[in-house]
Amino acid sequence: MNPVNYLYLSALLFTIGASGVLIRRNAIVLFMCVELMLNAANLALVTFSRLHGNLDGQIIAFFTMVVAAAEVVVGLAIIVSIFRTRHSASVDDTNLMKL
Amino acid sequence: MNALIPVLVAAPLAGAALLLLGGRRLDAFGHWLGVVASTASFVAGAVLFFDMLGRSTADRPVHQHLFSWVPVGGFRADVGFQLDQLSITFVLLITGVGSLIHLYSVGYMAHDERRRRFFGYLNLFLAAMLLLVLADNYLLLYVGWEGVGLASYLLIGFWQHKPSAATAAKKAFLVNRVGDVGLSIAIMLMFTQFGSFAFGPVFGTAHTASEGKLTAIGLMLLLAACGKSAQVPLQSWLGDAMEGPTPVSALIHAATMVTAGVYLITRSAAIFNLAPDAQLVVVCVGAVTLMFGAIVGCAKDDIKKALAGSTMSQIGYMVLAAGLGPIGYAFAIMHLVTHGFFKAGLFLGAGSVMHGMDDEVNMRHYGGLRKYMPVTFVTFGLGYLAIIGFPGLSGFWSKDRIIEAAFAKGGTEGWILGGVALLGAAITAFYMTRVMIMTFFGEKRWQPNAEGHEPHPHESPSVMTLPMVVLAIGSVFAGGLFALNNAFLHWLEPITGHSEGNAPLGSLTISGLTLLCVAVGVAWSWAVYGRQPVPAVAPVGSALTRAARRDLLQDDFNHAVLVRPGEYLTRGLVYGDTKGLDGFVNGLAATIGGLSSRMRRMQNGFVRSYALSMFGGAAVLVATTLLMRSV
Amino acid sequence: MSFPLLTVTAAVPAVGAVVTAALPAATSAATRRTPKTVALAFSAVTLVLAAVMTARFDPGGKRYQLTESYTWIKSFGISFSLGVDGIGVVLALLTAVLVPLVMLASWGDADPEDPHSFEGRRRTQGFFALILAVEAMVLVSFLSTDVFLFYVFFEAMLIPMYFLIGGFGDRAGGPEAARQRSYAAVKFLLYNLVGGLVMLAAVIGLYMLTARAHLGSGGGGTFDLATITNAVSSGKLSYAPAAEKALFLGFFFAFAVKAPLWPLHTWLPNAMGESTAGTAVLITAVVDKVGTFAMLRFCLGLFPDASRYFAPAILVLSVVGIIYGALLAVGQKDIKRLIAYASISHFGFIIMGIFAMTTQGQSGATLYMVNHGISTAALMLVAGFLISRRGSRLIADFGGVQKVAPVLAGTFLVGGLATLSLPGLAPFVSEFLVLVGTFTRYPAIGIVATVGIVLAALYVLVLYQRTMTGPVKESVSKMPDLRVREVAVVAPLIALLLLLGIYPKPVADIVNPAVTATMADVHRTDSKPAHPAADQSWFSYTSLDSHGGEAK
Repeated sequence: MNPVNYLYLSALLFTIGASGVLIRRNAIVLFMCVELMLNAANLALVTFSRLHGNLDGQIIAFFTMVVAAAEVVVGLAIIVSIFRTRHSASVDDTNLMKL
Repeated sequence: MNALIPVLVAAPLAGAALLLLGGRRLDAFGHWLGVVASTASFVAGAVLFFDMLGRSTADRPVHQHLFSWVPVGGFRADVGFQLDQLSITFVLLITGVGSLIHLYSVGYMAHDERRRRFFGYLNLFLAAMLLLVLADNYLLLYVGWEGVGLASYLLIGFWQHKPSAATAAKKAFLVNRVGDVGLSIAIMLMFTQFGSFAFGPVFGTAHTASEGKLTAIGLMLLLAACGKSAQVPLQSWLGDAMEGPTPVSALIHAATMVTAGVYLITRSAAIFNLAPDAQLVVVCVGAVTLMFGAIVGCAKDDIKKALAGSTMSQIGYMVLAAGLGPIGYAFAIMHLVTHGFFKAGLFLGAGSVMHGMDDEVNMRHYGGLRKYMPVTFVTFGLGYLAIIGFPGLSGFWSKDRIIEAAFAKGGTEGWILGGVALLGAAITAFYMTRVMIMTFFGEKRWQPNAEGHEPHPHESPSVMTLPMVVLAIGSVFAGGLFALNNAFLHWLEPITGHSEGNAPLGSLTISGLTLLCVAVGVAWSWAVYGRQPVPAVAPVGSALTRAARRDLLQDDFNHAVLVRPGEYLTRGLVYGDTKGLDGFVNGLAATIGGLSSRMRRMQNGFVRSYALSMFGGAAVLVATTLLMRSV
Repeated sequence: MSFPLLTVTAAVPAVGAVVTAALPAATSAATRRTPKTVALAFSAVTLVLAAVMTARFDPGGKRYQLTESYTWIKSFGISFSLGVDGIGVVLALLTAVLVPLVMLASWGDADPEDPHSFEGRRRTQGFFALILAVEAMVLVSFLSTDVFLFYVFFEAMLIPMYFLIGGFGDRAGGPEAARQRSYAAVKFLLYNLVGGLVMLAAVIGLYMLTARAHLGSGGGGTFDLATITNAVSSGKLSYAPAAEKALFLGFFFAFAVKAPLWPLHTWLPNAMGESTAGTAVLITAVVDKVGTFAMLRFCLGLFPDASRYFAPAILVLSVVGIIYGALLAVGQKDIKRLIAYASISHFGFIIMGIFAMTTQGQSGATLYMVNHGISTAALMLVAGFLISRRGSRLIADFGGVQKVAPVLAGTFLVGGLATLSLPGLAPFVSEFLVLVGTFTRYPAIGIVATVGIVLAALYVLVLYQRTMTGPVKESVSKMPDLRVREVAVVAPLIALLLLLGIYPKPVADIVNPAVTATMADVHRTDSKPAHPAADQSWFSYTSLDSHGGEAK
């Protein structure tokens, strides 16, 4: 199977994630979309790793996963605490620090 | 003996410093201190004069170098004094007349609460004037030149509470400044031409410079002389300067300071002799001013302003003579000295009249004063006879020689100049007779003053009449003394040079013509003012009379040509500076401020829109990279 | 190593600033005077040190004397090196003389209205500490022989000046005056910052060139002024013409803003008008002199060819400034702004003298800096006394002051006469030298500049006439005459004006060798007179006689 198809899939996933970030307002959905973009990048990295025949891409994919996990921990905690105080998960409502 | 030279300047300078810094402690006797300082200077001058008389002609000029003033590279200005026949003549005139006027002022200013300061200024004037005539280089002369300008400014504006006095003082200083620019440019030209501006080196090398350069230097010196000596076109300040106390008018604006221009031209003889074009301009200026002053003098009802017009006219004679070159230098100085006597005497007489008439200056409100002020009448009368050139009196000897010299210029020029000088003599006789008749003869036309008091004319105290008597004696005899064996001419000849010229008419013929002109002037004046009563209110008069009353429209001219456009210019520039230059910078700041507030709107706080611009930017970057690679 | 006199001279006011600022808030009338006395004492010590420095300076000796050098940033060839030439030493002395007088004149200007309010508690300390800080920075600028060191202090000066202008002014004005004041302070800061920024670029550019020529001790670049100047004149450092011109303009722009040269002058009237009289004197008599001083030392020394190239253009700008400043002074209604515009006219003369590139012009310009400092201080401080008595800066609000306060009017007149360069007072000597120096090389420009002499008389005498003469106005009829403290401020200034007018030779002797060295830097010599007088001695009657014969 031509590895280039994996790259197309990766681009598709990234685009879906990016559009989601731009369009949706719910913080949870936004979060999922960011994850989608990260995983699209992971997929691309793994594909390139296979194409070039070395392991660098796979190693970086692991790093990405670790960072994504850490991000989920912190991010979800923030979203939950915002939801508790404001009873809404819409990102547009959270503008306390806006001038 | 040379050590006495600095004393000439130092004595009045010390007097001025003491009087101006001494404070109220000196109020009681300060005026006598001023008189002593001035007299000390006169005594020193007299000692130096007799010392000089005792030496042979070649040894008479002496020089004393005091200290190096401004040494910068090739520019070497020193403070040094030069005492020769020309400067000692001035020293004696300045300190002699100056001391007399100091004495007179003791009486005249007796009731002024600021008398101490008045004497301080007078002493300051003497010091500056002596510096002017003793300086051995043009830069030091310039110091004295502006110094007398300052003293004149302070004294004209002495009664500062009168706005007219303050304005007149400012005007005098400003007009003089215009002339001073001429002197400074002349000095700069000398420096670039000769690398020096000391008298000796400049005069010694003058012949090596081109005539054009010498003419330029001469014209610049003439500009300076015009300012200081109230010659056309810088004459407008002298009439207004009469706002000062009368002793000031006598000393500064008649006898000494206003003649400084004549001194400058005579001193610079070596330059003018080599620049005939400049000399021609000098002569023209002198001739024009001679007529100008005389015409103005005929129309003024203010006794001091009439005398001021006369001063202007007489200095015109001197400038004319100085412009004739070696034919006239000595006679210019001779007339300057005799004029110093009789004009100072006339002004002091006028002051005495004003003193007795509650400071009234309008001659139409005088009349018949000869019985009430006999001494003033006699001294003023002798001064009058001297100035119109009554045979045997001072003015006769000096003015006659100038008219002769004017004819001796030769050619058409000689006839024109001689004619102008003759006509001037007639007009002089006319306006001086007018002053005399309106003041001392005829019926009383006295008016009550502002508080309603009738004036009670009375003779002035002896401290005032004594100087008048001395000056009257000078007015009578000085000219004859000078003319005896041509003594004055021989005295000055080593400095100024002399040549006879070729007069188309005999000396006696010219004297006869002059006397005829004078007689006509006197007779005409008597016909107008003596035979019929003088109206107490001036009649409207002809167009010329009205113009002459307004100083031949000189102020109107200056106002229209200089003052008005100047005001518009400064107003426009002030506007331009705040709105234009500053407006440009402020506009720049406002534009940046506006732009940034526009830009701020893009920061809307929505993460999504930031993300969009991020994605957009990334997409553009990627696209560019791809494009670049494919090209 | 000998005693570091220059460093100590500059350090004393700096220490004084810290000490004064740290003094505790006043609790009583007696302690309210403490910060003033302390600051005055520090400035007096500085004056003594500056006098010692002048005395130890040998005009016939080396160009830079009393030199000290300490490594600062070795990797960039920057050192803290100080040294004086004849020009620096007289300007440093002028600064040291003026600052105590300014303090004495501003004695009550910084007294808080409400000593217990938050901003009132330490107001006096702040004012006098800032003045000392300015003095320290100006002194380093005058004494520094390192381009980078100079730059740092040239710019750092802006900080205390900004607070002096913005924080202290006429009390009477109210909120509108406060707004004007902060506008003036920001304008001052922005103008000078922009100038400084351009200069920073040029400083870095200069460093790159020196690094390329391996001028530094380790083969790298250097900021040492003497090293660069020598390298330039020996040809070891040769610029590309375009680069030299660009660098020159970078330096010159900063100095022309500070000086200020027309048309970069518009910050000065605001800054001088809105600040206290003392601050105005600091601005025009001390801080601005750094600009003209730096033109003479840095522009001419570092970029001789570009200086000669731009000289005609700069001369035209300066002569425009002379006339323009004077005309605007004539049109002013505000006493302090009038003096500010007069200063712009005078700065035109100074810059004209520098770029005429003759010995007379440059010596005259240096003397002019000193004399203008003294004369403006005299006029401005007396004007300050006058304004504080009436509570107004408008000329129209005065009239007849001469009658009620003759000493005040007399000193004001002397200050004014000095401003119009009356012979016998110091500014005349310098103005005439500048004019002669310019005239010998550029006659037309010299002649146009003389118009400034007439206009100077006009604005000074109009100012004097409107404020001092005429009938006494009701509002000034109770005006007290000068107090003892105020006389003590003005008397030394007037004495200096007279002394330097009658006997300027000692100062000229100090300045002349430095100017000769600068002239050598720019490869210029005075033009010779067309027909030099054979006998340059005082007098020779023989020559006159020979000529008199010809006249006959």
